[in-house]
Amino acid sequence: MDVLIIIIKIVCALAWFLTLTLYLTWLERKESAVIQDRIGANRANIFGLRLIGLFQPFADAIKMIFKEDFVPPFASKFLHTLAPFLSFFFVAITIAAIPFGDRLEIGGRHINLQILDLNAGLLFILAMLSLGIYGIIISGWASRNRFTLLGSMRGAAQLISYEVALGLSLIGVIMVYPSLRLQSIVAFQGEYLFGWIPKWGVLLQPFGFLVFFFAALAETKRVPFDLPEGESEIIGFFAEYGGLKWGLFMMTDFMEIIVVSCLVTTLFFGGWQVPWMSADGFHFPWGGTWLLPHGVVVLLQLLAFNLKVFFFCWLQILIRWTYPRFRYDQLMDLGWKVLIPLSLINIIGTGIVMGILK
Amino acid sequence: MIKALEYFIEIIKGGLITCRHFIVNMVFHTLKVLGLKTRRKGAVTIQYPEEKKEIAPRHRSLHRLMRREDGKPRCVSCMLCVTVCPSECIAVEATEDADPEIQKVPAKFIIDMSRCCFCGFCVEACPEDAIRMDTAKIEIADCTREHLIYDLDKLLG
Repeated sequence: MDVLIIIIKIVCALAWFLTLTLYLTWLERKESAVIQDRIGANRANIFGLRLIGLFQPFADAIKMIFKEDFVPPFASKFLHTLAPFLSFFFVAITIAAIPFGDRLEIGGRHINLQILDLNAGLLFILAMLSLGIYGIIISGWASRNRFTLLGSMRGAAQLISYEVALGLSLIGVIMVYPSLRLQSIVAFQGEYLFGWIPKWGVLLQPFGFLVFFFAALAETKRVPFDLPEGESEIIGFFAEYGGLKWGLFMMTDFMEIIVVSCLVTTLFFGGWQVPWMSADGFHFPWGGTWLLPHGVVVLLQLLAFNLKVFFFCWLQILIRWTYPRFRYDQLMDLGWKVLIPLSLINIIGTGIVMGILK
Repeated sequence: MIKALEYFIEIIKGGLITCRHFIVNMVFHTLKVLGLKTRRKGAVTIQYPEEKKEIAPRHRSLHRLMRREDGKPRCVSCMLCVTVCPSECIAVEATEDADPEIQKVPAKFIIDMSRCCFCGFCVEACPEDAIRMDTAKIEIADCTREHLIYDLDKLLG
């Protein structure tokens, strides 16, 4: 029975993840279009039913599946094929540690709305995100093309630089919530400051949030930081890929957006917490209470989590369609000379404030 | 430090501009979906095959040859258009006409649309006002090159 529950949870989480990934491509097209006063892809239809281009991801997928699966004759065939699956796998597995909601009670059974309640969930996610770099390096290297190799080198340098800032910015968070377990980090954010302000991470760790968000944006390798890919002019690490394998790299990008949004939500914006809602309903700071059945509470939590994640996906796409790319030295300067010192100062400041308040 | 702060403020300003575009356009899109008519549309897109942009009167489109009152082509085969054409896509073969006022008429008048660059020099050069580019036809793409070679009958329309 437990195994069955876990399998159901995995299937549901992966379905959620992949559907959201598919529709992020739609959101990306539409949002960029709306930002630029255009309409965006709206021609894909099923029997003339267009639905503002909602079938576009399926058209894309069908196109990618039926393209020729081409491996350059000079490439290492095994590694060339392995690389996209590696990057896809390491991103897809991170969803296991993301808490979607609190405990769900069905028939006396407590179901944790999280696939894997690891006590070091945060470290697990960071480790998997770092391992994703192997997909980049192997893809650039196995293609045996100078330009892809250079692209993957840029990618490796960028990801390693920003990995440091990403990790350091989270130390402040770990100091404030003395736990690496994501579920307890979220539970801690259900408490209140002065009795009414939710203790969300963004209020306790504003600098940590900024540094984490910038570093995470760099981790997703999208436009202000898209030097590994440089789809328009500098040749990126997946230049030798086509069809479904290229599609896997593209999906990895979008999945990274979702994972980053999930992480930002979980660590800094209260995860599944709805302000002033506890396990039995709303308890407003002005004294009112509004009791809700358990199912509704869980649904509201899931909804809150999803809304927050959608918002950050939207924000990341907005950022991608607003800013021009950094020059390489500017990128490295931002990573090493701005974000890492800021995160170190943040650690020291957090320590001092915590010492004073103790 | 102050410079970095200014930089950061400018970054946020840039983000607010795209954000404003997004929100304003979304409001107009939503109004359209709700069936409320507004003067402004959410997008400047023209959905091309269904709606077409009005073509300006001076727009240079597909050529046509003009006729005299009696229906014969106005062209006198002076070869000026052939000479001036930068793409060398016009070919004219002259023949004699019985009318001494006209003397020459084209036996063949061929424009290769696959080479034409729509510069309009032939229209400028023509002393007889025999060729014009005011048909407002801009969709002249075809599946074969042969279909793009327009002869006298096709050009006289």
